[in-house]
Amino acid sequence: MRDEPKLPGNTTLVHEPRPHDSAIRHVTGEALYVDDIREPAGLLHLCLGLSERAHARVLSLDLTAVRTHPGVVAVLTAADVPGVNDISCMGRMDEPLFADTLVEHVGQPLFAVVAETRDAARRAARLARVAYEDLPAILDIPAAKQAGAAVVFPPMTLSRGDAASAIETAPHSVTGTVVMGGQEHFYLESQVAMALPGEGGEMMLHVSTQHPSEVQHVVAHLLGLPTALVTVEVRRMGGAFGGKETQANLFAATAALAAHLTGRPAKLRPDRDDDMVLTGKRHDFQVDYRVGFDGQGRILGADFLFAARAGYAADLSGPITDRALFHCDNAYSYGAVHATSLALKTHTQSNTAFRGFGGPQGMVAAERVVEEVAYSLGLDPLDVRKANLYGPGRNVTPYHQVVEDWDVLAAIIDQLESESDYRARRADIRAWNQASPVLKRGIALTPVKFGISFTNTAYNQAGALLHVYRDGSVHLNHGGTEMGQGLFTKVAQVVAQELGIGLDRVRLMATNTAKVPNTSATAASSGSDLNGMAARDAAQTIKARLTAFAAEKYGVDGADVRFADGRVRVGAAADLAFAELLELAYQARVQLSATGFYKTPKIHWDRKAGRGRPFYYFACGASVSEVTIDTLTGEYRVDRVDILHDVGRSLNPALDIGQVEGGFVQGMGWLTTEELWWDAAGRLRTHSPSTYKIPACSDRPRIFNVKLLDGHPNREETIHRSKAVGEPPLMLAISVLHALSDAVASVADHRHPPRLDAPATPERVLMAVERLKGLA
Amino acid sequence: MRNEVRFLLGDEPVTLTGVDPTTTLLDWLRDQRRRTGTKEGCAEGDCGACTVAVGKPVDGGIEYEAVNACIRFLPTLDGTRVLTVEDLAKDGTLHPAQQAMVDCHGSQCGFCTPGFVMSLWVLHQDGPASPQRVDDALAGNLCRCTGYRPIADAAQKMAELPAPPRDETAALARLQAWADGQTLDVSANGQRFVAPTTLDEFCDLAAAHPDACILSGGTDVGLWVTKQLKRLGTVIYTGKVAGLDAITDAGDHLRIGAAVTYTQAQDALAALYPDMGELVRRIGGQQVRNMGTIGGNVANGSPIGDTPPALIAAGAGLELRLGRGVRVIPLERFFLDYRKQDRWPGEVVTAILLPKPAPGSQFRAYKVSKRFDQDISAVCGAFSIQLDGGVVRAARLAYGGMAGVPKRAANAEAVLVGRPWDEAAVRDAMAALAQDFTPMSDMRASAAYRAKVAANLLYRCWLETAAALPMRLTGREVAHA
Repeated sequence: MRDEPKLPGNTTLVHEPRPHDSAIRHVTGEALYVDDIREPAGLLHLCLGLSERAHARVLSLDLTAVRTHPGVVAVLTAADVPGVNDISCMGRMDEPLFADTLVEHVGQPLFAVVAETRDAARRAARLARVAYEDLPAILDIPAAKQAGAAVVFPPMTLSRGDAASAIETAPHSVTGTVVMGGQEHFYLESQVAMALPGEGGEMMLHVSTQHPSEVQHVVAHLLGLPTALVTVEVRRMGGAFGGKETQANLFAATAALAAHLTGRPAKLRPDRDDDMVLTGKRHDFQVDYRVGFDGQGRILGADFLFAARAGYAADLSGPITDRALFHCDNAYSYGAVHATSLALKTHTQSNTAFRGFGGPQGMVAAERVVEEVAYSLGLDPLDVRKANLYGPGRNVTPYHQVVEDWDVLAAIIDQLESESDYRARRADIRAWNQASPVLKRGIALTPVKFGISFTNTAYNQAGALLHVYRDGSVHLNHGGTEMGQGLFTKVAQVVAQELGIGLDRVRLMATNTAKVPNTSATAASSGSDLNGMAARDAAQTIKARLTAFAAEKYGVDGADVRFADGRVRVGAAADLAFAELLELAYQARVQLSATGFYKTPKIHWDRKAGRGRPFYYFACGASVSEVTIDTLTGEYRVDRVDILHDVGRSLNPALDIGQVEGGFVQGMGWLTTEELWWDAAGRLRTHSPSTYKIPACSDRPRIFNVKLLDGHPNREETIHRSKAVGEPPLMLAISVLHALSDAVASVADHRHPPRLDAPATPERVLMAVERLKGLA
Repeated sequence: MRNEVRFLLGDEPVTLTGVDPTTTLLDWLRDQRRRTGTKEGCAEGDCGACTVAVGKPVDGGIEYEAVNACIRFLPTLDGTRVLTVEDLAKDGTLHPAQQAMVDCHGSQCGFCTPGFVMSLWVLHQDGPASPQRVDDALAGNLCRCTGYRPIADAAQKMAELPAPPRDETAALARLQAWADGQTLDVSANGQRFVAPTTLDEFCDLAAAHPDACILSGGTDVGLWVTKQLKRLGTVIYTGKVAGLDAITDAGDHLRIGAAVTYTQAQDALAALYPDMGELVRRIGGQQVRNMGTIGGNVANGSPIGDTPPALIAAGAGLELRLGRGVRVIPLERFFLDYRKQDRWPGEVVTAILLPKPAPGSQFRAYKVSKRFDQDISAVCGAFSIQLDGGVVRAARLAYGGMAGVPKRAANAEAVLVGRPWDEAAVRDAMAALAQDFTPMSDMRASAAYRAKVAANLLYRCWLETAAALPMRLTGREVAHA
């Protein structure tokens, strides 16, 4: 493994804890989000009319009162779509913009009101009279399984070895089911899109989206226009977390349709309740498992059925359930394994991408299996984890990719176990519990190994566009979008480093499909891996041109032209400010604009065969959580969390720590207080922050020790040997679920597996306590 | 009588006529004044992205509170100074609340950041804050990116940065000059907003307009407007009625005016009943506690309001007035049925009369919700046990979340009275709760959980009064007599 040589005299920009590029604009309120952009004259406001039934035929849609409401300009329905009434992301044609004769979830759009004010649009939208004929609604996983298990996407199976006979012949075996809930993204900025019609069918959109190219494609498809006529721009999102990967399509398409038909600019910003009722969430899963193991806790065979509530349409449910299978091993080598996915069709919101993209659900199942083995044998679950870790000679995943990062995993767990004082604390907690009848404490250490790359190989490409102006300032575009993760900051650091100039000379511009085309979603944690490389490629092109120009002009060898600290040293012949060289280059007609491109090497994947190398590398980490539960109410506190996480050589440790901490707390929310609740009619009743509870400030761990792993640069040639960071830390929070489980198990002296499902609300914790007390 | 609303926006005097009474401060800031730093995250006072500071003249200075602009009606700002995130940096220098957020990497997506900055700014007025105080000040601001650690760090760090010079003389003078004691009366779009200044005027107005909406804080009424798009017609605001926001010691009881906010009441309640203070601390976020009132919480009649169970257990009375006629009833008799109260047309709640604890009594109140801070109770249990030589002489057990109204557990109380305060009696009372309540299942909890927790809370009350064991998770030291 080669570390990078540092250029002598160059101030290092990468690997430094630089603040977020918008930090000052954030704290002054100056940062513009889509709804903050100054509104053009004549702007129309939209509101969607939503289905009140989970599954029904639409017998009639009476919009008279809607149309005649003061301020209403138009009402749009399926009949108004000039192109194809479809906004599906994978071309499966299963997601109409407006339902026509059939509604398939409560909240599905039937029409859009176009009005002079947002208030008028909202009021009018409530006046529709819809006659429905109800059809049987399938709302959850058990109901879907019972009704024949219709799927929205073909299932996948991963298989290595003969799992059935490995389990059969194993000395011990356990069968069970783990249930885990979904999760609302709760980006603080709700979905929003503003469309500005241009000449000759052109359409310009400002959209809060992680995937401008897909919005562009969907809008063009809907309006029946060539893609080239549609431009999509996003400067930043107020949070996304996967919820604006495909879910922005609906809002952008509606705004574009209204603008296209009226010739006036149009904006759609749903209120929080509409947003939550309309959009998909993290998939809830029910995973059936069967596992065989030996007396030392080594897992000899494992069999999983991953059933997910996909909702009414495919959306990304196929790749998401695939990724759940890719992580059914978490960090463990199963002797033999067989795992199948079922993306079940239900009459609920179409579930979608959410940080981790199925990976968290795969890992929760894996950790439940570990718990079963540990309680069955009376072992510390950490010892079972260590006995099953990937290692030399046991390094092939269920999808036949060889794990090369097992040494990182082992190093992390050893260091964390020792630095967190896990063993001694565990003993102390057991003793403390003996003397505490009501409050009980628990502790757990869980690892994370997360595969980095889009499993659709084609998505692993990126482009950049870099202009250098005569004053030496740099205007930079790439295909990635900024949603708070600090991508723009990291890419600016990469480019400034490459050109040897200050960070203040590089301005990251709003992501725009006209600048960099055919981009992939900013997703799969890939943002800086892909766009950092593409931007560096562009910077290297410029640098090569400038080097050649300077070498020729001053008659020195190209190798003697050095860019550092805002200056260019041309051997002993010249020492120029970067801007001076630029002006000279311009006068000499050197091209000062370049594109950059990158595609991830080494990866390939054959879904049908279940074989390949879907991931370029793995990002790893581990955490120890300690909690206290109240056995009278099920309430709990997270007392302490220690994290050690692997980001290779960090591009920006401050931003990476931010991702680790934020991801952890978000994962903790998923596994604890965040509960989605639909009533018997299929209405989501947790559709705003008053009923849906994400972690608040005081829920953060009382003691929170977070470290990045030192001394392990990425073994692959990623951007400055860093590793992706967006998603993996979310799964560190699984240690909270298992610390709660450990505390629950104490009421039956740890003789019975707690089998605590998620979200572990106070109610679930109390019910598990009661069940275990009954067994004690 | 005055028909124009006057307030300061930063340093700028704003005078509004013909303003629609239910226009929210948030919409006005964003749409009319293009102060787009203040964000809408939920429009229900639960996320804090719209937090602004509202100042009032107090004791020769201006005292600021963090409030949610999304549910704050414009006319209620009359006579105040409103500061938004755009007001904080002076001459290109960030305020310590802003600089600390930058230094601590406290923003990621940045959307919640202006709201956090405003909550921090208000916190900064009081100087260095304990970690506990920081958590309370930030409980009403949600962040989905950072996990809060860097923001909590910024709350500590800002106190170490040099405080900027501040001169509020002109602003204060303006507010004082505006304090004309006149009744504000504005109408537009078929709605009317009246802010009476005396108790008699308030009661007479309410009696004359029995269909009027009494606005006392507006942390629930605000949602009728932003979520249900309700037109309120005539709105009578309690916030300017002289004396209605007073807490008076009346010897054997406290008289809590109907317009006393949670924030104003918290310490006084905690002094008498530590658990009641803790309960109030966990209502909403700081922004909601600054606006919401105890009177509003009671008069609203919600089955899950947090103060009624505790007040009922403590034996509180309710003072109501119809015109000039006053009556006082035991609080539990006010709640007749789901969303139905014993309030005559035109009658208003004027005060809550809270008895001081009787000697030998034990009081406990517990709130159980999915999240500790800023959540609504699944179950709220409050208990007052009067002991005489170890024997229960009287018991008041009141619950929220267990029925359509806040309600006493008559059967369980009957089981306890006259028996020694021991585990056997408590176990019998726990069993008797099944005759008192048939709770329902909803998004907050199942019926089975509610029933189990209701019983367990009574058990906890007994454990806490009978044994000194670690029993609470809230992390607060709640001192009991």
